[in-house]
Amino acid sequence: MKHLFSCMKPYRKEAVLAPLFKLFEAGMELIVPLIVADIVDVGIANRDKNYILTRCLLMVALGVAGLVFALTAQFFAAKAAVGTSAQLRSRLFRKLQSFSFTQIDSVGTSTMITRMTSDVNQVQTGVNMALRLFLRAPIIVFGAMIMAFFVNAQVALVFVVVIPLLAIAVFSVMGASLPLYQRVQGNLDNVYLSVRENLAGARVIRAFSLEEREREEFGRRNASLEKTQKKAGRISALNNPVTYVLINLAIIALLWIGGDRVDLGVLEQGDVIALYGYLSQILVELVKLANLVVTVTKAVSCEKRIEKVLDAEGERRVLTESRRELSGTEKGEVRFDNVSFAYAGGGANALTDISFSVRKGETVGILGGTGAGKSTLVNLIPRFYSATEGTVFVDGEDVGSVPVNSLRACVGVVPQKAVLFQGTIRSNLLWGNPDATDDDLHEALRLAQAADVAAAKGGLDGEVAQEGKNLSGGQRQRLTIARALVRKPEILILDDSASALDYATDARLRAALREIDATVFLVSQRAASVLHADKVIVLDDGKIAGIGRHEELLASCQVYREIYYSQYREDV
Amino acid sequence: MKRSGTIRKILRYLGRDRFYLAATIVLALITVATTLAVPYFIGLGVDYIVGAGDVNFPRLFKLFAAIGVCVGCTAFSQWLMSLCNNKIAYRMLREMRTDAFRKIGVLPLSYLDARAYGETASVIITDAEQFSDGLLLGFTQLFTGIATILGVLVIMFVLRWQLALVVVFATPLSLFAARFIASHTYAMFRKQSETRAEQTGLIDEVIGNLKVVKAFSHERENEAVFDEINERLRACSLRAIFFSATPNPTTRFINSVIYAAVALVGAFTVIATAGTAAAFTVGNLSSMLSYSTQYTKPFNEISEVIAEFQNALACAARLFALIDEEEQPSDEGNAELGRAEGKIELCDVSFSYRPEQKLIEHLSFTATAGNRIAIVGPTGCGKTTLINLLMRFYDVDGGKISVDGQDIRDITRRSLRTNYGMVLQETWIKHATVRENLCMGKPDSTEEEMVAAAKASHAHSFIMRLPYGYNTVIGDEGVLSQGQKQLLCIARVMLCRPPMLILDEATSNIDTRTELKVQDAFRKLMEGRTCFIVAHRLSTIENADLILVMKDGKIVERGRHKELLEKSGFYAELYYAQFAP
Repeated sequence: MKHLFSCMKPYRKEAVLAPLFKLFEAGMELIVPLIVADIVDVGIANRDKNYILTRCLLMVALGVAGLVFALTAQFFAAKAAVGTSAQLRSRLFRKLQSFSFTQIDSVGTSTMITRMTSDVNQVQTGVNMALRLFLRAPIIVFGAMIMAFFVNAQVALVFVVVIPLLAIAVFSVMGASLPLYQRVQGNLDNVYLSVRENLAGARVIRAFSLEEREREEFGRRNASLEKTQKKAGRISALNNPVTYVLINLAIIALLWIGGDRVDLGVLEQGDVIALYGYLSQILVELVKLANLVVTVTKAVSCEKRIEKVLDAEGERRVLTESRRELSGTEKGEVRFDNVSFAYAGGGANALTDISFSVRKGETVGILGGTGAGKSTLVNLIPRFYSATEGTVFVDGEDVGSVPVNSLRACVGVVPQKAVLFQGTIRSNLLWGNPDATDDDLHEALRLAQAADVAAAKGGLDGEVAQEGKNLSGGQRQRLTIARALVRKPEILILDDSASALDYATDARLRAALREIDATVFLVSQRAASVLHADKVIVLDDGKIAGIGRHEELLASCQVYREIYYSQYREDV
Repeated sequence: MKRSGTIRKILRYLGRDRFYLAATIVLALITVATTLAVPYFIGLGVDYIVGAGDVNFPRLFKLFAAIGVCVGCTAFSQWLMSLCNNKIAYRMLREMRTDAFRKIGVLPLSYLDARAYGETASVIITDAEQFSDGLLLGFTQLFTGIATILGVLVIMFVLRWQLALVVVFATPLSLFAARFIASHTYAMFRKQSETRAEQTGLIDEVIGNLKVVKAFSHERENEAVFDEINERLRACSLRAIFFSATPNPTTRFINSVIYAAVALVGAFTVIATAGTAAAFTVGNLSSMLSYSTQYTKPFNEISEVIAEFQNALACAARLFALIDEEEQPSDEGNAELGRAEGKIELCDVSFSYRPEQKLIEHLSFTATAGNRIAIVGPTGCGKTTLINLLMRFYDVDGGKISVDGQDIRDITRRSLRTNYGMVLQETWIKHATVRENLCMGKPDSTEEEMVAAAKASHAHSFIMRLPYGYNTVIGDEGVLSQGQKQLLCIARVMLCRPPMLILDEATSNIDTRTELKVQDAFRKLMEGRTCFIVAHRLSTIENADLILVMKDGKIVERGRHKELLEKSGFYAELYYAQFAP
């Protein structure tokens, strides 16, 4: 709850005022039984119609006051709830953005999105309900007890006995059902998984004639969901009967003791009615509270999940003692020194004992099969992941010792998945460098062979839909290359970024990249793409199988030969 | 769908729980009757406590016994009723979900292809849930609510009809107030959900592509955009939530006015009738006040239930629309194919997904057993469609497809499909262990067979690198790359060794070097089997016995690789476009 409360801090005033006005409202309601007692003991006893009329008007006045207080309380509660959830969302957004690649991998996109959307909404409802209604119940319960003492201290002892009993009953039912509701949620996730899988895999399931088996598995999951739901329901079902019995036992005790007091002449008939009124009010509140329990239970478990995200430590700016920031005027040297890397929880090493060095301005091809570790290798340069062993140097500095933003500012990355963001072509290109001029942007488009893409969309102000869905794969790919070039990076990394381009465009792009003054890493599965590189690093199963120029590798490197001839047959 | 139709269908499901349904109604009546008796008894009790020295203890004790019995009955029947309601609602939820799920397996693929998965999944999960919640709420509150209103009315009229009239005439006020507010908050809710959708869109985009954001250190700029939307959402949520919460205090206020009116008229009546035969006692007044609150309360609940029920009906309608969707034609009574030899004939086949857009027309060809048929052509030419027809995922519109001389519509789908091994471009991995995924088509295969298949498809080495080897749980969104998933799908088919194969871009995600190695295994697998191969990479199909070159749903050329190249037609064009660097 730590983060929730700190998000609530700016709304401290509202969070206090809401229950306070609830208290006033409850106060208005709690006076009503006293008035009824007066009507009986004074008005009816003295046959004073005027008195009765004024008392009834007083009740209406209390009702008006109650309405005003209630609305005020609800306004403050709503304000605190939406304010808190807005804060929570904003913090989550910032926290998630600070996650390292390893964290992103382990948490998963869909989970992160659920936390930010439905979980926060549940918490908002929970906070609103808690401020408005959850606090109302104890206020009414204890208020009724206090009022009972005003009526008669001895009879009020009935309240002192029954309220703790009620508390024990309500809390033990709540405590027993809470974990069950969490289990229901887990079971529901399983059912959901079955449904989704069968929709997505309809063809394969039918091809293997697995419909029957899937149906059985779904049946099992569905039945165990039903079982837990019923179990949770059975326990929650105890809540109302138990409170009802306790309250009515209290009423019997009240009539008994009250009758005794009246007989002795220390209590009046109207007082008994008033005390009875208070017990009824308590009952009504507890029934409402029971109905709320599920809502608040859900909110609490969502809140716990959010806390877990907020508690996670984001990416660290520097790993070791920082020595200096990299500036844009560096040389673009890269050196790997006995680097090994394993993904968190992924078992074996993805990269093993990688050493090489690259001079400024060189073009380096990285070639290898599926899962050979090509992307992993280039991801270590801007420290998207940190080497498990060994050191990666950029311009002679350990990348772990350089603040990440200054490191990444001199690296231009074109990721495998070509994604653009909603906005315009300009707004997307400016991701590379917010200060770039239109001339810079046009130049980048020209180099990336994307000038025609921009022209087709109506220039720099051409619209880009969410994730760039209004562009073809090849168009997106060229724009993502332009985006990286806008940065005028010292190091440019193209992670298999030309796969959707035809051979001619790919060739033109490679020629254009020769113009720029940067160290270029070209990850590819195509031997043709790296044919003219200054240096090709051939990876096989996370190890370096060979480094050199095309001719050297063709002569000396078995893996390179295999890759090459799988694409260029010896006879072609 | 018609509303009455939906209700009729709900009743049909409920009919299976007739006993519990009857029980819950009886229990509701018992609960209400005993609940309502208590305030009357307490009112009597108040009348036995008149003043000093004037308390009738013996009658009071008898009354306690009566109250005790009533309370016990109420508590017990209330508890039983909850159990019945739970049973009905959860069983119905399970049955509806089961029926809906069964439907996924028997719907024509055209239905599934036409919709986003999330949409159908949300019908089975969320809509079903909301419906059962609504139903449960309806059962618990509607029956008791209506019974309480009727019961209280009867008692109030018996106690003193004048007072009952006061209450009856005043209640519609609160209903009007609630409706008035609800109709005015609608616009605010719409604004809220629009803004929320806008924010979700941004979250999807940014969080979904977080790695790109980080690569460009674009976090700050995103935060600014996010905060702007977040602030707007905050403002309009505040309005929506505040105004939607106003009916409650408003009706509470109206109820308190009614309460005051009852107190006023009641007190006057007590004074006026004191000492007469039809005396309205103080105890009666106390009961009356208690009844007036009990009478107004269910109205609020019922209006809530009705709103909830509207939503539940809409959910149920969507669920029934899925459950009642037309199924693929049944193949009950059709012959079993047995193990096919693999002679496949297409005879004048026509097919299109939409009648106005013709796709395949008058297509005929024959594949003798053991033939290797390659299908090539540009995107959208109908290659994948042909596979949909061969596997009978879709039925032909005209002509016929036969296997070993039997029309595939005359044999069971199951026996047809088990004769095919299929590897698609789009891989699908079940959330289960590697082992379960591999043995999907042949659950009784031995460890040796499975490992051999994995080795043949070059999947063994990466499987062994997974944390628990063959027992690692994998899923569609897990750690495996597309290429690795495809290797698993290939191993899956290698294990089954069916007489006919369909390879639709089966190696599209695998790098060329691994592909070459897998090709060896494929070559062995294809020996003596009828194969259909769809590929972009023309190099994979040069050895085919027959190449069908498709364009716009028609076969424009057919023949062997060499013949087609010599023809210098469309195939030659495609071939040289790919291999001229």
